Amino acid sequence: MTEDIISLIRENVIQGRVTQDDEGLDEGMVGQPGVTELTEKALAMGIDIRDIINKGLTEGMNLVGQKFELKEFYIPDMLASAEAVGAAMDLLKPHLDQSGIKPKGKVLLATVKGDLHDIGKNIVSILLRGAGYTVKDLGHDMEPQSIVNAVRVENPQFLGLSALLTSTMVNMRDTIQALEESGLRDKVKVIIGGAPVSEGYAKSIGADGYGSDGFQALAVIESLTST
Amino acid sequence: MPREGILVSNPYERITDKQVKQIHRASLEILVDPGLICFSKKAAEIFHGHGAEVTAASSGDSPSWHIKIPEKMVMEALNSAPKTVKLGARNPDNALIMKGDEPRVYFISGSETNIWLDVDFPTYVKKSDSSIEIQVPEFHPRRATVADLCQSAHVCEHMETLDGYIRTVNIQDEDITEDNKDVNKFFASLNNTTKHFMSGLTKLEQLDNVVRMAELIAGGKEALKENPIISFITCLVKSPLQFVEDTTDTFIEVCQRGLPVAVSSSPQAGTTAPIKEAGIMAQINAEVLAGITLGQLTNKGTPMLYGSVPVRARMDTLGDSYGSVETSQYNIDCVQMARFYKIPNYSTSGVCDTKIPGQQASIERLFSDIVVTLSGPQYLHCAYGLLDCNAVFCLLQAVLDDAHFQMLKFFLKPAQINQQELAETMKQIREVVATPQKLYIRYIRQVMRSGEISAPYPFEGDGESDNVFALAYQRMSELLAKPVEHIAPETTAKIFQEIPGLLPRLNVYKEGK
Repeated sequence: MTEDIISLIRENVIQGRVTQDDEGLDEGMVGQPGVTELTEKALAMGIDIRDIINKGLTEGMNLVGQKFELKEFYIPDMLASAEAVGAAMDLLKPHLDQSGIKPKGKVLLATVKGDLHDIGKNIVSILLRGAGYTVKDLGHDMEPQSIVNAVRVENPQFLGLSALLTSTMVNMRDTIQALEESGLRDKVKVIIGGAPVSEGYAKSIGADGYGSDGFQALAVIESLTST
Repeated sequence: MPREGILVSNPYERITDKQVKQIHRASLEILVDPGLICFSKKAAEIFHGHGAEVTAASSGDSPSWHIKIPEKMVMEALNSAPKTVKLGARNPDNALIMKGDEPRVYFISGSETNIWLDVDFPTYVKKSDSSIEIQVPEFHPRRATVADLCQSAHVCEHMETLDGYIRTVNIQDEDITEDNKDVNKFFASLNNTTKHFMSGLTKLEQLDNVVRMAELIAGGKEALKENPIISFITCLVKSPLQFVEDTTDTFIEVCQRGLPVAVSSSPQAGTTAPIKEAGIMAQINAEVLAGITLGQLTNKGTPMLYGSVPVRARMDTLGDSYGSVETSQYNIDCVQMARFYKIPNYSTSGVCDTKIPGQQASIERLFSDIVVTLSGPQYLHCAYGLLDCNAVFCLLQAVLDDAHFQMLKFFLKPAQINQQELAETMKQIREVVATPQKLYIRYIRQVMRSGEISAPYPFEGDGESDNVFALAYQRMSELLAKPVEHIAPETTAKIFQEIPGLLPRLNVYKEGK
């Protein structure tokens, strides 16, 4: 029975189904429990959280990654699966401590002052949540000082800053300067992303990393996590 | 089930109904005054026999006749010409059904060029930094051979957007003569594609051999009538307004056999037709109507296509300028004229002035491909691989054109907007707006897999590199590597037994091949 539930969680991660209302990829899936319902059921059955995460969610996500490499799956598929894993992780978080599982870390995300574009940031949010990070999304058009205040309150390990416009990317520098002035710069790793910025720009404004797309952003954060 | 082609739901119309009628009236006047000069005795006799005014003309060394075609005769011919024409195929699923009043477009290759363009990719090294190498395509023109014709038919067989095959090159091997050219070009083409095959005829004496070959493949005389796997193009009227002896005689013979035929005229605005649009249109329409009338007088009910290959003259050389914008305008006007008569149209697009594939070629051909397709011709020829104003065929260009037509076919799919679609999407909008990320990405997935999302440009390079030619070449090689369904061994044996003049090397079942 335990194996059946875990197997269903894994399959629904591959299908990218958050809830029973999602259609997934195969025909006739609507109405069948999605990752959310299955995770709730697994918790109610007292299934070991480490099995849910490792054998269900992580293994499902690994299979999705393999399909992506083989070009059977595309980015929308990866995101749907990550979204399903993120939803499951929200349900599991309150139980992590008692299972002895260490959370992966907290990431604060924001689109900087003057910029309303947040597609990239939102994609990064889905991927990070799917990878097991706790994500706090501050939204868009964020003043440097508001971001500093959030860092002080939330105490994240990472801050992701996004901008789409050449006119607003300069506010990334202002935000990093505001962090320095408030004495918080050493407490958080800053990763930037967005169409007009680059690795070189990240270095020039004193950021710790640069992600050219959502997957690279996740890879950069993973590499900084392990250092 | 015949091929679907692409139905243009709201065809582009360049000229008004009033202008269509004005052109029609002007053409009818032209057919009487000045009428046509006819160099074919047979045609003159047919017209005379049906009551047209035919008088011996005095000019020139060759015997000729002056013909005035009355309106009533033209209108009767338009009435008897079939409004639906079927072009069959070796594979019946590749048949084309063309209705004169339905703007369903089929994309076809053609026309017959003398030059075949080879391509290779030599490596160049940067002078200032020898570690940097690039591959640059080089194009090498040469006289076309029967092997080239086989190759192009082979690739056209596998290009999904291509609905029918017009022979692309004039075969000029050393062992090809005027006497054996027709049988070899028909066999080479038919043996390498299961799609419809259309061609002109080099020598009238070969018509029966070619038709017999088609009968053997189709399964007999009656089977060929039911499934006409071959059809003919004849430029019987040389502009301005002259019935040419050999092509007119060929046309008459084709009509007598009841096989489908494109009545084609190719005036050049500025030299063999007036430079102004009204003038070339009145003339080309008169020329095509004259051909249709002769065909219907010869054999009432012969399936015909209203063939139009109008072109503007280049101002620098007075050669053809297929890349000129006016050429597309004339073609669209002709599409409208054919639709007015409810006779399927054989139209032209995709030919360019430039001699090799490249930016100019892409711009000129894509422009005419888009605008002429939007007007809804039934049989759009010349669209694949032609360069240098119909003088050069390049297989690589044909593969590039296939990608253009994939885009065009996708673009012309009908819009899926209805109450059910809107209701489902409204539900999505409400759901997504309520989420923190506000992204519709998850809903892409099933749509992406259902074919409702257009494919990316197939020859897109990585990063900033432009590898279009190299990737298209790779695609061309892949298509050539795919097997072709040749004519069955026993039929091939019969063909080689009965039809004289076939080159033994074209027999794929011959020992040692």
